Amino acid sequence: MPAPAQRRIIFQHIDEPGYTNDLACYLRHGGYANLRQAVTRKPEELIDEVKKSGLRGRGGAGFPCGVKWDLVDRKSGKPIYLVVNADESEPGTFKDRYIIHQDPHQLIEGIMITCFANNVKQAYIYIRGEFPEGARILEKAIAEARAGGFVGPNILGTGYGCEIYVHRGAGAYICGEETGLIESLEGKRPYPRIKPPYFPAVLGLYQCPTIVNNVETLCHVKKIVEIGGEAYAKIGTPNNTGTRILCVSGHVQRPGYYEFEVGKVTLGELLNEVCGGPLPGRRFKAVIPGGSSAKVLRFGERFKGKRKIGNDLVDYDWGVEDVPMDFDCLAMIGSMGGSGGVIVMDDSVDIVAALANINEFYAHESCGQCTPCREGSLWMKKISARMVHGEARTEDGALLKSVADQIAGRTICAFGEACSWPTQSFLAKFGDEFKAYPESRKAAAAPAVPLA
Amino acid sequence: MNLKPETLARIDEVIPHYPSKRSATLPLLHLIQEDVGYIPQEAIEWVAARLELQPINVYEVVTFYPMFRQKPIGRRHVKVCRTLSCALLGAYRTCETFEREFGVRRGEVSADGEVTVDFVECLASCGTAPVVMIDDALHEKVDVARTQELSAQIRREAAARS
Repeated sequence: MPAPAQRRIIFQHIDEPGYTNDLACYLRHGGYANLRQAVTRKPEELIDEVKKSGLRGRGGAGFPCGVKWDLVDRKSGKPIYLVVNADESEPGTFKDRYIIHQDPHQLIEGIMITCFANNVKQAYIYIRGEFPEGARILEKAIAEARAGGFVGPNILGTGYGCEIYVHRGAGAYICGEETGLIESLEGKRPYPRIKPPYFPAVLGLYQCPTIVNNVETLCHVKKIVEIGGEAYAKIGTPNNTGTRILCVSGHVQRPGYYEFEVGKVTLGELLNEVCGGPLPGRRFKAVIPGGSSAKVLRFGERFKGKRKIGNDLVDYDWGVEDVPMDFDCLAMIGSMGGSGGVIVMDDSVDIVAALANINEFYAHESCGQCTPCREGSLWMKKISARMVHGEARTEDGALLKSVADQIAGRTICAFGEACSWPTQSFLAKFGDEFKAYPESRKAAAAPAVPLA
Repeated sequence: MNLKPETLARIDEVIPHYPSKRSATLPLLHLIQEDVGYIPQEAIEWVAARLELQPINVYEVVTFYPMFRQKPIGRRHVKVCRTLSCALLGAYRTCETFEREFGVRRGEVSADGEVTVDFVECLASCGTAPVVMIDDALHEKVDVARTQELSAQIRREAAARS
């Protein structure tokens, strides 16, 4: 059966010849019609549409967007802030980059609809420091939107006013964690806050109720207002509604971004048909399905169990290729959909070196606030780097796992899990290669493509 | 602090974006680094005074975020992405080639002061790996041949300047 066709909602105009990122082009393509329509409706109705849509956050956790909005404290009398998480930094993820660079007004329209629905008067776009061009494009687009009456003190003559400012990060992955991001926006080190009590919906930016949404999520909000929550919920699969941008990188013929209805494409269809399969003469060995902290899958392993389809419990027996790319199925097999970043490794890859590469990333990015994470991520990096560059020992795999097992669940934020899942899953799936590494490394030639 | 008038104008413009002055710490540091090339000690004190903070409040920010630097670097900054997707397609070779081309090791400034080569973490362009940023510009699919072309271009641009 051939792979289903892409369904481009968010990426409708990405890479379209002649489509430019200025306001005039956006308006020619019907831009800001959804905002015009939204401001004539009651804010509660808009929140209801988003709830009915079943939209789940596209940043990594997959938390229902309508629920997030519902949790906002609207009785405190304090201002409500919207913070747009444009810190796109989960390795393997590169979707927001194209929205920001090629279609910034789509994002701005989504932001303004969200602000109107939630009575937000001030929004900040927190964009990663490594997107200087993206920050300039957004600033120019906001200025255009302001001049057009779509952003600013009196939006479309309604008397409702809302401002957007762009705030640049400076190269720290932890700023993608929403409370770390808020600290950073307050001008501090981005140390994540402890929850409770610091749920952003209640005590967020400046201790005020705050909504933090991912770039792609806000673009979906615009679409939901356009077609209605019920119609949107018919796209995708139950509990995994809408479309999702899957970013494929690593060892495939055609890496890139592909937008599908959630759950309609399997991992095998995505990699073999959409992305053209492995490189010549190679076979797939491993895949990380949802950004580098998602647990790795090994080609050849099987997943069995029961799952709910409608009201029935149905048996499933899947190889890696059979897994539908949605939040629930990837969670069922012990990994996650995360941020949609799919990293593919073929049989040329030294799996220990690949883990050493990932561990170096997390050791660099741990904020250092919690001891298990700060020390653990560093030791996992040191041990795996020593295996690759120095003396590897048969017991190193067990040692790595024991370090990882002491981090998850013992930290303020989810970085503890994010940095230990790669080690735990690489050991669980490729423990044989770690055990044999002292011998196999001696026998192997210097790698053509070093990874660490 | 000797900042350009346009930097000072942009500093005045950005501070009122926030209800709390402290929030302007990162924007001010970015503006100063774009102007001066790095964050000198006196800038930390200047920002603290401007935002009514203690110098330690600014210093702890400068030392945390990888993009802020306390020493000058080369006129051109070559940042090679090191993270997994880029490494799988040869980022280590790319970085080594840049190092050879300019006779530096990562983190160092070339003898003529022209180039600093750094390995950095994920630049969020994994589908066009390996990627490199030279100053603010992203370059995609930078294999060894492309690395040599980009190096030659940097040398040509340096020669044209002198």
